[in-house]
Amino acid sequence: MRSSPSHLAIVPAYNEAASVGDVVRSLHLTEPGIDVLVIDDGSTDRTAELARAAGARVLHMPFNVGIGGAVQTGFKYALENDYDYMLQVDGDGQHLASEIHHLFRAMDEDPSVDMVCGSRFLSPEGDYPAPVSRRTGIHLFAFVVSRIIGERVSDPTSGFRLYNRRAIALFARDYPHDYPEVEAVVMLHFHRLRMREVHVTMRRRGTGRSSIGSGKSAYYMVKVLLSIFIGLARERPTPEPGDKAPVAASHSI
Amino acid sequence: METRIQLLAIAASGLLLLIVLELVRRRRFLERYALLWLLSAAVLLALGIWQGLLADVSRLIGIVYPPNALFLIAFGFVLLLLLHFSVAVSRLSDQSKVLAQRLALLEERLRRAEARPSARSDEQDRPADLESALRD
Repeated sequence: MRSSPSHLAIVPAYNEAASVGDVVRSLHLTEPGIDVLVIDDGSTDRTAELARAAGARVLHMPFNVGIGGAVQTGFKYALENDYDYMLQVDGDGQHLASEIHHLFRAMDEDPSVDMVCGSRFLSPEGDYPAPVSRRTGIHLFAFVVSRIIGERVSDPTSGFRLYNRRAIALFARDYPHDYPEVEAVVMLHFHRLRMREVHVTMRRRGTGRSSIGSGKSAYYMVKVLLSIFIGLARERPTPEPGDKAPVAASHSI
Repeated sequence: METRIQLLAIAASGLLLLIVLELVRRRRFLERYALLWLLSAAVLLALGIWQGLLADVSRLIGIVYPPNALFLIAFGFVLLLLLHFSVAVSRLSDQSKVLAQRLALLEERLRRAEARPSARSDEQDRPADLESALRD
């Protein structure tokens, strides 16, 4: 039994050799108490090597399983190694290590919160440098998700997140395949877990390409909306608040 | 129904039936995937041979020219098979994802265990099962 809470930071990375080293180093520098785990999702460049050289642990996926499968591996790692909190940071350097303490503070302030998301759009001065098309998509998702879960979510696509044990256990068992962030918010709600957003600044993508290329954005929109609405018709465990975490149900993976 | 088209239908569905049976015999096909194929081929063959039944079926669904009913039924089976494959492919890709995740997790655990030959010195990170194995 460890006395102080243990923290894991996962960095999903697919061909991010240009930035992953800096991301790992800045995490170590800013939050020295955190274990850093880079999940190399079948990269064909030197991502794994450079991450290890920077001092991170590396999980090497044997082939590209997609962002959802990669992040879920992180949840499984956190669950198996008994971490109290898991932080998720992009491997391309758009999430700043200097903003992490905002997420931790929000988690500490309210013990009923299971997931804290860094949002680019929570405060008006947040001027996120994204193309208009991308911002329109994000706002559409934000609108749909807010209506479904009945509270305002401003940036459901953000992958800058902090999870507690209950969220880790839920997502280790079940996490969406591709483009998982939006669905994860809805899943969390239906499992009676709570999320909170905090405002963060994000950097413009320095290197690499977003997993959402322009050609794929139409597929992205349709896929996410489809899975949200089909997800609404799924059966899901809904224990009363205060009950044991729903993931204790006997589900095999 | 015209004799030529009847012969064609019988020959085609008979050939399909034989091919499926041969593939199963050579173990190129799991039985669970062969069942739907066998059913399709058998039904098409039966309708091809038994003209009265085909005529009844086409009258029932309002098709004037019976061979068209045969095509419609064949098309239905094709759709059914494709659905079946989509389900199978989805299951396989999910299974391979889980396997990839397990492999990556075990690889990392192995690397850490190998990097630390004197596991006794590190009290904290040792997995519980290893701990109990060492005690024995």
